[in-house]
Amino acid sequence: MSSAPPDLSELYQQVILDHNRNPRNFKRVESANRKAEGNNPLCGDRIQLYVQLDGDTISDVGFQMPQGSGCAISKASASLMTEAVKGKRMGDAEAMFEAFRTMLAGGANAPGKLAAFSGVRAFPSRIKCANLAWHALHAALEGSAEPVTTESAKDF
Amino acid sequence: MLDTARIRPDFPILGRQENGQRLVYLDNAATSQKPRKVIDAIVHYYTFHNANVHRGAYALAVEATDAYEAARTAVARFVNAWAREGVVFTRGTTESINLVAASWGRTNVGRGDTVVVTAMDHHSNIVPWQILCQEKGATLRMVEITADGRIDLADFGRALEAKPKLVAFPCVSNSLGTVNPAAQLIKLARAAGAVTVVDGAQSSPHLRVDVQVLDCDFYALSGHKMLAPMGSGALIAKPALLEAMPPYHGGGEMIERVWDDRSSWNKIPHKFEGGTPNVEAAVGLGAAIAYLEKLGMERVAAHEQELARIAVDRLSQIEGVTVYGPPDHRAGVVPFTYGDIHPHDLATILDKDGVCIRAGHHCTQPLMRRLGVAATARASFYIYNDLDDIDALVTAVRKAGELFGVPA
Repeated sequence: MSSAPPDLSELYQQVILDHNRNPRNFKRVESANRKAEGNNPLCGDRIQLYVQLDGDTISDVGFQMPQGSGCAISKASASLMTEAVKGKRMGDAEAMFEAFRTMLAGGANAPGKLAAFSGVRAFPSRIKCANLAWHALHAALEGSAEPVTTESAKDF
Repeated sequence: MLDTARIRPDFPILGRQENGQRLVYLDNAATSQKPRKVIDAIVHYYTFHNANVHRGAYALAVEATDAYEAARTAVARFVNAWAREGVVFTRGTTESINLVAASWGRTNVGRGDTVVVTAMDHHSNIVPWQILCQEKGATLRMVEITADGRIDLADFGRALEAKPKLVAFPCVSNSLGTVNPAAQLIKLARAAGAVTVVDGAQSSPHLRVDVQVLDCDFYALSGHKMLAPMGSGALIAKPALLEAMPPYHGGGEMIERVWDDRSSWNKIPHKFEGGTPNVEAAVGLGAAIAYLEKLGMERVAAHEQELARIAVDRLSQIEGVTVYGPPDHRAGVVPFTYGDIHPHDLATILDKDGVCIRAGHHCTQPLMRRLGVAATARASFYIYNDLDDIDALVTAVRKAGELFGVPA
């Protein structure tokens, strides 16, 4: 039992609720040259991520979640991630993932809007939801053919 | 209904505060809480009687063996087993079913044979049969469900036309709460020449079970869903079947004699209990059965069905809530979704009010695909749940709607 119960409004910040309701880049990217699938077998969350790489720049990125298979945290995280990494270089996107992961593990807040997920820290059962899209992005950038699952990634 | 004001103090964990509020435990289909009598039985066993069973020549070992075997007698009485020897202690339903698949299945299922399961089975009553069928080149046939969440009897009949070697199904669906017409299904399967396996994980905690009336061949149960410790469970089988089956695990206790190159087997049920058993779990299961028998299983069933009926009624009054499962023949399991709020978000929000529910696929992915949902929220009741718990559930669900602005 935690001494100070975490507040729901810290988890479900307005920006998260907004991106859950109106996810950005919620599309299949036809010109994508990198794709990855992310699975959370514990809860059935699934994400398809599409990345168009031009050189080492992410010129377009989009995601889809089969009907009903994304919770607010995983969907909003995917949406905010696509906004954050679009137009960025691969190395910068990986650095953002590192910052995001560090934040969820209890470290400093990630930059910009990604800090909205700092409230997830107080809900350990939801950290996998927040990380799912980022692991899929990492797999796509690595060109991995295997679907990534929250159970195979060692730092989930 | 049961006198929950007298029952609740028997469960120490229900005195716990969750986020400053009363703990409302509604995930009983996943596991039940444990009464003081079960906890005490385990402590008492380790404090006064612990020794390895069926081995020692000293008084303490005899006491441990007596405690272990008394629990077997309790299980046999509880489900009206054919014989004490037909009760094999296992780690739970999953191991019980795997035992049947590995031992009876490997011996009796071959290339071209059919094994029948249903689309509402738990993964633990699907995957062992998938593994067996893949190994043997046999066909696994999954019987469809109806739109209102029952086993499709017409499709069940069609599946039996293949003269399956074995038919497996759940007595009660963990995901929908459907109470299946088990005796009828068994009769049909038997007439088609099949051996029957009943997943009793969700029936033995909640209903009066009589395996001789059911006339199944194998019945699997988990202790932890019926007040007993995790890791307790049993396979109840017709003794003649167990006699004919090869062992499951090789090791101590399960042998009669061991030569350099071969062995002969102990009598049933010990033939299937290789290695030092979980005596503590068996003793706890015996105490749990005593507790349930005192309440009476008919009253337990009536209590939970009434709670489920009220919960279905009240949740259905919330605009946007969909309740799954049949309108009647429902055990104390209420699966639902609420607008486009993902069940995981619902579970997190309810948890803030101390309300514990399950969210996800409930280890029934084939069923979820047929329902056309990725996940549901599930409230499931037991003997200590009361109307206050339903109030807390409904209030918290409404709160989630406000937070997410569910369109009415």
